[in-house]
Amino acid sequence: MPEKDNNIMDKIAASNKSVVTGIDEKDIEHWITISILGSEHKVPAGLTIMQAMEFAGYRFIRSCGCRAGFCGACTTVYRIEGDYRLKTAMACQTRVEDGMYLTQIPFTPAERATYDINKLSPGIEAFLTHYPEMLRCLGCNSCTKACPQDIDVMEYIAAGKRGDVALMAELSFDCIQCGLCAMRCPAELAQYNYAQLARRLYGKYETPLPEHLKKRVEEIEKGKYNEELDKLTKTGTEELKKIYVARDIEKE
Amino acid sequence: MAELKFIGGYPEYMRKLIDVVHKTRTKRKDYTPKAMTMKERDEVLKIHPDYAPGGKRALSIGLNKGDMTPNEVADLIEAYPLIQGNEVHLTKPDYTVDLLIIGGGLAGTSAAVWANDKGIAKDKILLVNKLRHGDANSIMAEGGTQAADRENDSPSRHFLDAIGGGHFTNKPDVLRKLVEDAPLIMKWLCDLGVMLDREEDGTFVEKSGGGTSRNRMHACKDYTGLEELRVIRDDFRNREIHYLEYNPVIEFLTDGNRVTGAVLYNLETGDYKIVQAKATILATGGFGRLHVRGFPTTNHYGATCDGVVLAYRVGAKLRDTDTVQYHPTGAAFPQQIIGLLLTEKLRSMGAQPVNKNGEAFVFPLEPRDVEAASFIQECYVKNKGVVTPTGMRGVWLDTPLIELKNGEGTIEKSFPGMYRMFKRFDLDMRKDPVLVFPTLHYQNGGVESDPQGKTNVDCLWVAGEVSGGVHGKNRLMGNSTLDCLVFGRRSGISAAEYLKSDAKHGRLTLDHMKNYVTMLKQAGINTTRKAPILLPDYRGKAVLARMIDVF
Ligand SMILES: Cc1cc2nc3c(=O)[nH]c(=O)nc-3n(C[C@H](O)[C@H](O)[C@H](O)COP(=O)(O)OP(=O)(O)OC[C@H]3O[C@@H](n4cnc5c(N)ncnc54)[C@H](O)[C@@H]3O)c2cc1C
Ligand code: SF4
Ligand code: SF4
Ligand code: FES
Repeated sequence: MPEKDNNIMDKIAASNKSVVTGIDEKDIEHWITISILGSEHKVPAGLTIMQAMEFAGYRFIRSCGCRAGFCGACTTVYRIEGDYRLKTAMACQTRVEDGMYLTQIPFTPAERATYDINKLSPGIEAFLTHYPEMLRCLGCNSCTKACPQDIDVMEYIAAGKRGDVALMAELSFDCIQCGLCAMRCPAELAQYNYAQLARRLYGKYETPLPEHLKKRVEEIEKGKYNEELDKLTKTGTEELKKIYVARDIEKE
Repeated sequence: MAELKFIGGYPEYMRKLIDVVHKTRTKRKDYTPKAMTMKERDEVLKIHPDYAPGGKRALSIGLNKGDMTPNEVADLIEAYPLIQGNEVHLTKPDYTVDLLIIGGGLAGTSAAVWANDKGIAKDKILLVNKLRHGDANSIMAEGGTQAADRENDSPSRHFLDAIGGGHFTNKPDVLRKLVEDAPLIMKWLCDLGVMLDREEDGTFVEKSGGGTSRNRMHACKDYTGLEELRVIRDDFRNREIHYLEYNPVIEFLTDGNRVTGAVLYNLETGDYKIVQAKATILATGGFGRLHVRGFPTTNHYGATCDGVVLAYRVGAKLRDTDTVQYHPTGAAFPQQIIGLLLTEKLRSMGAQPVNKNGEAFVFPLEPRDVEAASFIQECYVKNKGVVTPTGMRGVWLDTPLIELKNGEGTIEKSFPGMYRMFKRFDLDMRKDPVLVFPTLHYQNGGVESDPQGKTNVDCLWVAGEVSGGVHGKNRLMGNSTLDCLVFGRRSGISAAEYLKSDAKHGRLTLDHMKNYVTMLKQAGINTTRKAPILLPDYRGKAVLARMIDVF
């Protein structure tokens, strides 16, 4: 029944209106007040910082990338009225609060080394060569407190200072390279760049290629599957359907 | 409306419905609904947004005239350019390079690295990006990348799974390269230092995905795209290849049937730059931010279909523009994250879709379109969905089952990103199910190419989500990051080979654009629409209504 199906699509579209076309004031019941770069705005309660800024009229160029907590573009620093402490957050993953004073940091001018991963080995030397300043860490923990991914940044720097590339890689794995740790560091470190180096060293040197992968690569290079694939590529749809339906499915 | 009372992140009435899910869990633990027959699949697909009537129209101009296309896409194809032509000076290019790469996701960044590897000098390559290098769909890939590298698997099986999932509409010669190169790509990733999940014995952890007959999904926890892209980008930076950010391409430059460069627009300063290039690789990704049929999306802020629009203007052939991929499990609650992705891997690891009566109603790993359609059916035809305070409907994804089946702590270990996202909004997915509804996820079709990524337009290659053919009308999970890596590499190498064969620069003209405008006028398309749109606009309605242009 075509009409009915169309109706469903309309209903779905209607229920998504606010996330698709921007928010309409008349749908809002609860309001709060926030300050964006020092200017006061009344915005709907319950939005993310990013959505609230858009509601207030900001159209992002910088400080907005994935909108889902993966890219580290929407780095934000804020304070709540009546509290002296500066807090950090990702604007796309944090709800606005009444009395929030906020600004965004769209770029971190942190130092990054240029290296050839093939010429390094996993250990302290790689850091001494490219990031000797890592040793300057004061152990103040400001980085960890600032990290929106709840990473123990100080701990991974400590691991790096011991040359423990594996631990540094593991502890820093969820890093979205937002730059907040570097911005807060009194010793002027660029923690996340060191962590990037550690993870590559670990991935490349401390987890060898699995045998099954080596074997498959060899087989492909020798052309083991050429004939099968040639045939499949030329098989007509009806025949393919039969083979597809008949294929067995592996249990988890 | 009175203030809602929240318990553990959920309003009271939803909490009651969650209890039903808790009560039925043990009973469901060892039960999985049967996979659908081909006939049952066809039946439920009738209410998939791709097949439900409306929403599409036939393109009225160009090579693909007559092809059915979502209205939102057709609106951009049947739109006027951002420039007139006389305001830009083409005689003195700002950048003269061998290779221009447009878009720095997995596809574009890999292409640059491989072209450089094959001898194109770092300062003869220019990668331009609309946002930051990395603000892309690629960085958001959660679930994994497919490659048939285990004993019981083979590239041929991978081929079969992909072509069946694509409803037998994939371009076979291109698909063949995808599956054949996949293990080589895995080796490349390991050599670069990508931390793929490993078993105790050092072999890869490999899981199944919707529509796969073997476990071949390689992941980096649920940050697969983040890990892959940040490593390849690190390699790109170590090679010191030249790149620009916040400088989208707004028009190609051509010499007859050949792309010879592009016009860049600086989003911050508003000035333009001219690039002259002997070869161009288009890798601009997808179109989720067009919100086809009013759906929310998983995509990044810059996914606005620019590449397809620009390529069509220079005469590139498109294919499979009629289908769109909706991911079955987008977040439906809380409001702050509506549309964001809950990876398919949750279902690979045992999470079950459950309706409001606590019934498992569908095989959890049907191909995405079938799974999505069955959720829509459950919510809007059978009325067994859960309605949120903002009026959205959804079904439960019973995530605590993952812990029940794989042991406590599995969620935090395997899905740190997901777990963190819900925790930020006071929800605990280890203990409670989460509410899901289909979300706009992937541009299935796009610019057609051959197995080297070459298009029908001279000197223009494509790679990644902007391309069409390899996945046909429906893509399987884990084949898209793979697509970017395989065809990023292939296009980079193919362009490098072309460049080394004594390629020359061409003239820089906007003739194609003028012809396109003539075509639009002849087709009677009278509109103020302009494209590409570059970014979506989510500003509040009240502010927009009062905006004036004085400065
Ligand atoms: C949330 C999410 C999860 C996913 N999970 C998986 C998964 O588990 N497995 C899988 O295989 N696939 C997955 N995918 C799909 C996959 O990640 C993407 O299809 C793929 O990474 C696209 O890569 P790309 O390089 O083609 O485009 P993108 O990564 O989107 O990069 C394109 C770049 O081009 C830029 N650009 C756009 N227009 C212009 C212009 N006019 N000028 C200059 N630059 C421009 C964009 O800003 C962007 O940076 C997922 C996608 C999303 C959104
Ligand atoms: S470690 Fe530093 S750069 Fe990485 S997410 Fe945490 S604060 Fe951001
Ligand atoms: S902020 Fe800097 S000095 Fe302080 S613990 Fe972190 S790395 Fe060390
Ligand atoms: S926009 Fe990417 S993390 Fe917020």
